[in-house]
Amino acid sequence: MPLRFRPRRAAPAAALLALALAAGTAGAQQPNQPDPRIGLRAGKFDAGVAAWNMRLISNSPSPERFAESTNSDLAFIRNYAIQGNYNGWQIWDISNAARPVLKTSYFCPASQSDVSVYRNLLFISGEGLSGRLDCGGQGVQDTVSRDRLRGLRIFDITDIEHPRHVGSVQTCRGSHTHTVLVDPKDAANVYVYISGSAGVRSPNELPGCVRAANDPNSALFRIEVIKVPLAHPEQAAIVSSPRIFNDLAAPPVHGETSADVAEGAREAAAARARGEFTVTIQGVERVAPGQFVRPLLDSIMKARGGTTQTAADSNALRASLQGIVDRMVGANQSQRTGPTQCHDITVYPAIGLAGGACGGYGLLLDIRDPAHPVRLAAVADSNFSYWHSATFNNDGTKILFSDEWGGGGQAKCRATDPRQWGADAIFTLSGGRQMNFQSYYKMPAAQTSAENCVAHNGSLLPIPGRDVMVQAWYQGGLSIFDWTDAAHPREIAFFDRGPVDSTRIAGGGSWSAYWYNGVIVSSEISRGLDIFELTPSAHISQNEIDAAKTVRLDYLNTQGQPKFVWPASFALAKAYADQLERSRGLSAAQLESVRGALTRAESASGAARRTALNALATRVTGYAAGSSDAAKVRTLAGAIRDLARS
Amino acid sequence: MRRSRITLAAALAAALAAAPHAAAQGTSAPPSTDAAAMARARADSMRHPWTEADARFMTNMIGHHAQAIVMANLVPTHSTSNAMKILAGRIINAQRDEIVTMQTWLRDRGRPVPQVDPAGATTMSMAGHEGMAGHDHHALMPGMLTPEQLQELERAQGTEFDKLFLRYMIQHHTGATQMVSELFSSYGAGQDETVFKFASDVNVDQTTEIARMQRMLVDLLFGEPSP
Repeated sequence: MPLRFRPRRAAPAAALLALALAAGTAGAQQPNQPDPRIGLRAGKFDAGVAAWNMRLISNSPSPERFAESTNSDLAFIRNYAIQGNYNGWQIWDISNAARPVLKTSYFCPASQSDVSVYRNLLFISGEGLSGRLDCGGQGVQDTVSRDRLRGLRIFDITDIEHPRHVGSVQTCRGSHTHTVLVDPKDAANVYVYISGSAGVRSPNELPGCVRAANDPNSALFRIEVIKVPLAHPEQAAIVSSPRIFNDLAAPPVHGETSADVAEGAREAAAARARGEFTVTIQGVERVAPGQFVRPLLDSIMKARGGTTQTAADSNALRASLQGIVDRMVGANQSQRTGPTQCHDITVYPAIGLAGGACGGYGLLLDIRDPAHPVRLAAVADSNFSYWHSATFNNDGTKILFSDEWGGGGQAKCRATDPRQWGADAIFTLSGGRQMNFQSYYKMPAAQTSAENCVAHNGSLLPIPGRDVMVQAWYQGGLSIFDWTDAAHPREIAFFDRGPVDSTRIAGGGSWSAYWYNGVIVSSEISRGLDIFELTPSAHISQNEIDAAKTVRLDYLNTQGQPKFVWPASFALAKAYADQLERSRGLSAAQLESVRGALTRAESASGAARRTALNALATRVTGYAAGSSDAAKVRTLAGAIRDLARS
Repeated sequence: MRRSRITLAAALAAALAAAPHAAAQGTSAPPSTDAAAMARARADSMRHPWTEADARFMTNMIGHHAQAIVMANLVPTHSTSNAMKILAGRIINAQRDEIVTMQTWLRDRGRPVPQVDPAGATTMSMAGHEGMAGHDHHALMPGMLTPEQLQELERAQGTEFDKLFLRYMIQHHTGATQMVSELFSSYGAGQDETVFKFASDVNVDQTTEIARMQRMLVDLLFGEPSP
């Protein structure tokens, strides 16, 4: 993988032209060179803009009390986008994406006002020390105060223009982010996982909060699970504090499998049984090698004036070795180790799994019992600084973690910043529980040192049959990339503005960019709400865009990942045909025949349409045997057969 | 995908070579004349006035970070380990950027701004008061190395250097997390959005890095070079 930003290799012009003509699409295979994102003019509302394969439909600045504060995350319900802000939250009616209408702005300061929604309930995170229970803006000066809110606020938004504050749940470390988990088996409640790594409150402020790491009741090394009775949200309360990090052995870094780690643990235990010396470092038992042990034994022997080593010397060392090594590495084994909290957890209830981005680790969790998540696997990565968030692909066969190196306030996409740092790491899931590293992805255009830029929040796009994601990179803009081939992710669309201020990092850029019902909505930290649409290109055809738009959600919390299901449509069948053209899974003649038949069936109706589609489905099934992309050919046949039934 | 060690090493070498230049840029920036930024800082401070404890933290952490960079700058010439060079590159990159964040915060609030010279010494200057005599800022913050420890580190080479570096950087990072704890137990502190976020990030990043360095150190003590 190239480490430095460098111009992409241009596709041979002839091949490019052939592809564009064959696909019947507009848009270039590659963006213009040099990358148009480089050298954009600075400005808040008059910055230079570069876009490729996507288009800004509208920009709506935040209202006055919010405009100078930080816009944060997004949630969606029906035709509304709910946008968090460090001063509260805003609800936009986005029925007309070209003209969003502000319905409500609710002043209630808290960092970072992470938002989620479920039916009539709105959930807002509060983490900072200045958040108040009464939503006041004056902060909280006392180190211990009854006025402070650190945790989760709950509002009833049945009347969108008149929200009602129905309750708050206080937590020991506040809530940096949270995740709403809708349990398919529990219609009466929803669960909220609280994440955040800020300091633990005083027990005088919130009884039961224990700061000491070595106390069994420590508020560190756990997450909080809040149960919200839907009929009585005011009764929401913490129901469990699962210690999902317990006994977390140092996970494999890529190149090393978890089987290697298990084998290492067996070897260490066997060595201990044979009488060799072992120590436990961060949950992993290690054999102390002879060259390390011999001088220590020697000094014990000499200290008692002996000349030959005895069993007593060995026993003395066995008793003290752990302490000796701990002192050498500045560790304290009486303290727990490992991550003390997660930054974010993405739950995917349809497959019963969650991805936790927790300190120096990426975790895979079983969430079938919502109040008692269980860790299945963990990964670490030498290039990852701080695991920020997780996204599954729609099939649940891959997981992508992002690294918010520098915390989001720093410029980490300069030409001198390595491509593996502040990036995404993509893993395949095998056996349902093992994560295998495949590649890194980082927005590829070098940004200036005045633009805070690092991997941040994004979501899948419902392009059928492919893994495509849009992601916010703060002032690095939006990047849309295809990670169907997990080892070779590549960018297929982008949007970027110049820096807010050319002389210094002024807070700005996209906090979150999510697909919702046909558009991409981005929360711009200082510029308001942006809405985009995809434009067809060699990488995403009009049929694929149309098929994506057939997926309609009633609501979306991106950290509660929905499973996309595509209703039968002609767009869906044509999208698969376009993909088979791209992969050369069907010949030109076969494609022409399929497309022609689809067009004729579309203009037919009733029994004639059904008969034509069933015949086509049978014919396409017959193509599979001779195709290099047989699975996709069968998917196309299935989509045509479903269309016949619909 | 396996990364190429050669390209990674080359990139790091380039990044490290560029370091003094970037450091100089970061530390000699003229006092901000950006009225909008000053106004915004004032507006923030009206809502949540910063305290002496906030300003002290932002001031003292500059010197603390500066020493971490001095230590990490020794790695290319004193270590042969690729893992050590990645670690050092990361520390330099992160902490240099964070120094700029702290200097900007102080400057916007009209506070004296510690300047860092290439040797890692910090001197105070008053934003907007050109030519004002600075004073050496030598107070040792928690975890900082004494001049003797720094010399000991400079004298070490190879694996011995690596072990000593890790031990001292663990000590250094642990001190930074103590400074964050002290900040948040001070009256009125951390109400300022930037200070709260910055201090929380320092705490999380350095705690994560301590765990990583402890694993590396055990590998060295037990004679298994890190990959």
